Amino acid sequence: MLLTISAEASPAMPTASDLGFLLHKHPDRAQSTEVFGGTAHVLWPEADGHRATAALLLDVDTAALQRSRGRRETPEAFALADHVNDRPYVASSLLAVALGKVFRTALAGRCDARPELPGAALPLEVGVPSLVSRGGAALVERLFSPLGWDVEARTQPLDPLVPAWGESRVVGVRLRGTLRLADALAQLYVLLPVLDDAKHYWVSADEVDKLVRAGGDWLPAHPDRELVMTRYLRHQRSLVRDAVARLDDTEGLPLDDTETGGPATTDDGRTTPLAVLRREAVLAVLREAGAASVVDLGCGEGGLVRELLRDPHLTRVVGADVSARELDRAARRIGTDRLPDTVAARLELLQTSATYRDDRLAGVDAVVLVEVVEHLDPPRLPALERSVFAHARPRTVVVTTPNAEHNVRYPGLAAGAFRHPDHRFEWTRAEFAAWASQVAERRGYAVVVRPVGQDDDEVGPPTQMAVFTRRETSEGAA
Amino acid sequence: MSADAAPSERVLEVPDLSLVVLVGASGSGKSTFAAQHFGPFEVVSSDHCRGLVADDVDDQAATADAFDVLHHIAGVRLRRGNLTVVDATNVQADARRQLVALAREHDVLPVAVVLDLPERVCLERNAARPDRDFGAHVVKRHRDALRRSLRSLRREGFRTVHVLSSVEEVAAARVVRTPLRSDLRDQHGPFDVVGDVHGCRSELETLLGELGYALTRDEQGRPVDAVHPQGRRAVFLGDLVDRGPDSPGVLRLVMGMVEAGHALAVPGNHEAKLVRALDGRDVSVTHGLETTLAQIAAIEDDDERREFRERVRAFADGLVSHLVLDGGKLVVAHAGLKESYHNRASGRVRSFALYGDTTGESDEFGLPVRLDWARDYRGRATVLYGHVPTPELEWVNGTLCLDTGVVFGGALSALRWPERESVQVPAEAVHYEPVRPLVADRPVRDDDDLALTDVVSPDGAGRGVETRLAGRVAVAAEQAAGALEVMSRFAVDPHLLWYLPATMAPAGGWADAPDLLEHPQAAFEAYRKAGVTDLLCEEKHMGSRAVVLVSRSRDGLAPWSSTGGVVHTRTGRSFFGDELTLALLDGVRAAAERAGLWDELCGGAAGGGGGEQWLLLDAELLPWSAKAEELLRGQYAAVGAAARAALPAAVVVLEQAAARGQDVGALLERTRQREVDAAAFTEAYRRYVWPTGVSEGRLDGVQLAPFQVLAAGTAGGALTFGDRDHGWHLSVADRLVGADPQLFRTTRRLRVDAADAASCGAGTSWWTDLTAAGGEGMVVKPFAGAALRGPKGVVQPGTKVRGAEYLRLVYGPGYAADLERLKQRQVGRKRSLALREHALGVESLARLADGEPLWRVHEAVFAVLALESEPVDPRL
Repeated sequence: MLLTISAEASPAMPTASDLGFLLHKHPDRAQSTEVFGGTAHVLWPEADGHRATAALLLDVDTAALQRSRGRRETPEAFALADHVNDRPYVASSLLAVALGKVFRTALAGRCDARPELPGAALPLEVGVPSLVSRGGAALVERLFSPLGWDVEARTQPLDPLVPAWGESRVVGVRLRGTLRLADALAQLYVLLPVLDDAKHYWVSADEVDKLVRAGGDWLPAHPDRELVMTRYLRHQRSLVRDAVARLDDTEGLPLDDTETGGPATTDDGRTTPLAVLRREAVLAVLREAGAASVVDLGCGEGGLVRELLRDPHLTRVVGADVSARELDRAARRIGTDRLPDTVAARLELLQTSATYRDDRLAGVDAVVLVEVVEHLDPPRLPALERSVFAHARPRTVVVTTPNAEHNVRYPGLAAGAFRHPDHRFEWTRAEFAAWASQVAERRGYAVVVRPVGQDDDEVGPPTQMAVFTRRETSEGAA
Repeated sequence: MSADAAPSERVLEVPDLSLVVLVGASGSGKSTFAAQHFGPFEVVSSDHCRGLVADDVDDQAATADAFDVLHHIAGVRLRRGNLTVVDATNVQADARRQLVALAREHDVLPVAVVLDLPERVCLERNAARPDRDFGAHVVKRHRDALRRSLRSLRREGFRTVHVLSSVEEVAAARVVRTPLRSDLRDQHGPFDVVGDVHGCRSELETLLGELGYALTRDEQGRPVDAVHPQGRRAVFLGDLVDRGPDSPGVLRLVMGMVEAGHALAVPGNHEAKLVRALDGRDVSVTHGLETTLAQIAAIEDDDERREFRERVRAFADGLVSHLVLDGGKLVVAHAGLKESYHNRASGRVRSFALYGDTTGESDEFGLPVRLDWARDYRGRATVLYGHVPTPELEWVNGTLCLDTGVVFGGALSALRWPERESVQVPAEAVHYEPVRPLVADRPVRDDDDLALTDVVSPDGAGRGVETRLAGRVAVAAEQAAGALEVMSRFAVDPHLLWYLPATMAPAGGWADAPDLLEHPQAAFEAYRKAGVTDLLCEEKHMGSRAVVLVSRSRDGLAPWSSTGGVVHTRTGRSFFGDELTLALLDGVRAAAERAGLWDELCGGAAGGGGGEQWLLLDAELLPWSAKAEELLRGQYAAVGAAARAALPAAVVVLEQAAARGQDVGALLERTRQREVDAAAFTEAYRRYVWPTGVSEGRLDGVQLAPFQVLAAGTAGGALTFGDRDHGWHLSVADRLVGADPQLFRTTRRLRVDAADAASCGAGTSWWTDLTAAGGEGMVVKPFAGAALRGPKGVVQPGTKVRGAEYLRLVYGPGYAADLERLKQRQVGRKRSLALREHALGVESLARLADGEPLWRVHEAVFAVLALESEPVDPRL
């Protein structure tokens, strides 16, 4: 909500209060402007020959913000964030937008009264007492230091009376450096929302224009330009690609970095991501089994579904997930609206749940559950078993799950921790084998367990895969 | 029936669910006849359908499309159980064949009504109608086709054919609707429904004795009738004969009871086969038929034997394959019956009722593989059946198999209806060696699993849940889709999730206290207006809503729970992992034991031992931080931290600017106020944080404040307590607090008479003191209890009145500045939502208490979660 810009007297600008000319604001007067989300005030807590400070204070109108979000159709609980949020107190994209509006001319580097000033590097000090940084004080340092700033960043404890809660994401920042004012403003305009990793508006293609305009001078050389672009463009890959091209970056972007795709888990000594190895393993099983129709139960964003569609032997590919949001993402990733008719005719995306039986899954050749079972509480596994093995009852069922023993091979993983925060359990090889053979026994299937990824002599493979094949007798029928 | 028909009348009997096909030439008066004898919606006419598709009732080119529409409409009506009349010439065999097929598809009887009027009459009538300008040859062609058809109508499949051959006969016709033979809805019992007897006469005699019947014996001492002093009637589920020691004896007794009106019976597959054997047809004399035939053959007296054979044949042949009883609440059939076949008549209905839903395959014992229709059964009627011997009586989705294999050494079973009490008599011997072992090998129960269609509509349509409190509660497909993930991935097992608490409506403001958003007087007034004045104010605890299901012993809810219960949130998630849950439940168990609650509360429910007793409590779990730490840290503390960093700096800048003469006075004042608000906000959330041992796996610091007993029961049945007043509910809570004051926390309360101004004033002061001391506020409830219907309909079960400081946590630190706008909040919507969710909650408990199947309870529970869920697009 608050940002201060101070200038000291210097050879390039002997009278510090000339900062008023540069900012196009009279240094003895408070001014206010209506901006999105509230009122932007420009104040001058100090302004004399030696030092001048302009303060941009955004008085956020929470009620107006709520109205702009439109009437919620949901009960009170879900709208809590509308009322209780940090937006009125932090320098967010709201402040960046206000800055762009209030200091538009200064940002553009124009000053008709003192035409020599915009091009001059001035000794500046910027204060932002409260901003949100996903990445803490360290990220503030990482982003501003390469631009020539001397960075002082202090994190705020979540609650001094509850020390166990630790630090908050709120950081108080002071930057000192000799830069052109327009550059300083442009950097703040871009980097405040980047630190926050959030924007109060929906980002579209014209956001690339804004980034090119504000960052064209300094962003291409910034060591963290990928992170800046990705966050600024709200992780929309196509926009990032566009921005890269327009900023004339010939090196291109590794899009699977931590900011976009999550770390590509590699298995020791090899470079193929584990997720790819899993897909290959599943595809191989389906080919062996001669399956023509398959349900990917728990398809998530549809990575496997995409691969399955490439196999012409599969005449029916069903991506099923319990989360409508994931299915939506899958539809976009697969590009369902652009698929040729012949491919589209083979694909179905549907919302279902592994713990309820669903007639739509009956009659397929194969059901695959790739890294799904560990996301269910153990007491719900019998329901999954019933709906898959008793009700859908395909000829082939493939189940993959992490091998807990292998976790010691991940140096970043604390002892006893799971690979994913939503995992309800992770099985050892013996535990998985026991579950698989019990299910097979109860449901009239034969089962073999295979390794996926490099089979470590000591702790086994990173992923374990059970392949169930229905016994062709009537015994065990549900 | 029409015994009183006047002589001039011609009575046409039509089953009250049937497809009536009018047959007659153009001009024979079909439409007039239909209009006279049937309702306007019951008649579907081909002319009308031609008009629908082609704007022209005579457009012969549109005939095919018109009949498409006609068949569709007729089909939908029949599926929904409505008698339908087809008004078309139907003189061609092919047209009638399609209609007979349609009737069979919906398992209704096809009836033909033929208007066989002289050609002259038809021609005259057509001539009188300007829109009928086709020639005499058309009528003649119709007449010829009709004459050719008359003989073959029955062969085509029409079960009833009425032919009216003159204008006079048509004029004298009266249509009388007759119920189907299966339709005994007007017979309300009470009944004693008896499973497969299989010639076990002695066990049957004992069973009837246990049920309270007095046997009548003939001069040879053989039982030939049984009478119940209270007029109860037995219902036999078929398979009276074969395998056992005295099939003729069983038949003699049952036939006597049926003929005397003391019993009803449906046939079993063994009776069907016996009839064919008695008819001398070629049947394989196996599966116990050999014993029955031998026993009949052993009747020494030739006349008696012949007469007995005749009587048995007539009796067995005359049985109707299923019966619908007691207002439609009870259906009996030998092998069960799926819902779409209830009160229908067709070959496949009979076959299902006799033989069940078979796949046509055989299992390893050579017996037919049966599809488990009961698992899929979602009907409202209770279905009682036999046919498949099972070791124990087990309700599955409102159906019960009463064949407990007496002939194989099991037991003979009966169920009292409507009491639903079972009575069993053990077999006196193993009379026949079973082909398949009687003890079923069933390591996992699949019968009561839930189908996706129980909770969402995959076709994207909304659903409705019928509630006894508020009628049908609609659930939008978008919201059900949103709830599916939460229910599947985060909620506890549906077998343990019997209730989700409803959201609660807030009180409005009060003119005398303009700075308060919610005021006690507004709550009192709202109840007063609803006609309820006896109120109870309960302290609103600063915790999380918790539903506690606990059984008396740790394994009382096995196999669904390993901890003997669950403690779950408003969205069905377990508060803690197994270890802490077990520790918490052990505490509740012990306290309930010390307080002597178990037998007192669960005792009234039927069946089940002490260890299987359970309690379902509505409570608040404290502190809030035990569950909501993430929310407190991530949302509340984060806001506090940001405000602490920003506001003092802003105040400094503003003060400096003011000192330099800039006009910032109002802004400075507002910013200082924000600083005060943010500090108060921080104070407010800190009251909800106190240290517990939860992160170290210990329960210290965790407390439960129960305030309502939702239900109690045993493995055999459940009771609800919605009719008890809140004084009683809190007295139970007080006993728990007395038993373990460390684990349980008392709920402070004050009774208020909303009709008495002084009492209301006392309520307001009580609330003011409570909130001034940092309390969250209170909940105002009708003292009489949760399931109350006031004089003007359903009443809010509770209204929350929250303190001004607490509301900072809901509406933000500085909400007071925005009070006027907040007062416009849509409380009406919230109130309506609260009532609908409350109705669903009461419904799920009532269904539990009624012993309804899991899917019925789950449907209501799921709907509460859906109403609380953010809508998502279900069409994917």
